[in-house]
Amino acid sequence: MDFDAGKYALYVWSAFGAVAVVFAWMIADSLARARRWRREADPRFRGDDRE
Amino acid sequence: MFAFLANPDRFMAFSRWAAPILGVAAALLLGAGLYFTFAAPEDYQQFDTVRIMFIHVPAAWLGMFAYLCLGVASLLAFVFRHALADAAAKAAAPLGAAFTALALITGSLWGRPMWGTWWTWDARLTSVLVLFLFYLGYMALRAAIDDEVKAGRAAAILALVGLVNLPVIHFSVVWWNSLHQGSSTFGAERGDTLPAIYLTPLALMGLGYLALFGALWLVRIRAEVWRRRATVLALRAAEG
Repeated sequence: MDFDAGKYALYVWSAFGAVAVVFAWMIADSLARARRWRREADPRFRGDDRE
Repeated sequence: MFAFLANPDRFMAFSRWAAPILGVAAALLLGAGLYFTFAAPEDYQQFDTVRIMFIHVPAAWLGMFAYLCLGVASLLAFVFRHALADAAAKAAAPLGAAFTALALITGSLWGRPMWGTWWTWDARLTSVLVLFLFYLGYMALRAAIDDEVKAGRAAAILALVGLVNLPVIHFSVVWWNSLHQGSSTFGAERGDTLPAIYLTPLALMGLGYLALFGALWLVRIRAEVWRRRATVLALRAAEG
């Protein structure tokens, strides 16, 4: 495993950081939406995944 | 498959177990892809920046694939007025926009040290920027019209127009002189193909991105189905 990107470290790690941030947003936003609307659609719903 | 999943109840039952399976597959594939990304040797010309390829190229693939999904779902929603297809189109747009933005950002971070510039109005780069603008336009148009049915139909037309851009992106490096390199995976000339040491992490990351998109797309479609059910319930409650 080679994590030393030498003089290109700024570019390489910025790119990987951007991917991490965007992936984190995609996952968090998708799950938050699903959780919110599942509750709105069924007020009895509390942690159970049945439709 | 389409006919089977066109029923919202069947879709919800299917996606209930398919989304977590795809999520786990994405985590495993991305983990393995990252291992091989940093186990691969640096390139003799691009040095360590070659590792950006493993996150940049799959982002571009998924940006285009998500748009294809958006286009097909829009076509089904427009022709058959199918609510679930409309929900699928709406759910694909933000994910596709995110992947396309990643392709642009990581491409810029790769281009600066290798090409000497963050950006150039090259055919490939410009056509991917147009793809990103189509995503933004699609989401803006849906948000701008209060009537959801009209918004869905107007946005579907825009999505269908934008499908023309996909072959332009793919063939841009063939049709025009481009700073961007040609294909070194699908459809590459013999001798231009990546060696296995680079193809392995690229394939794993590509499959990982695809699984992640699949999982999140299903989650967002489910959220959209619940949102519409909640809206109906709220209207019924308001009517007494």
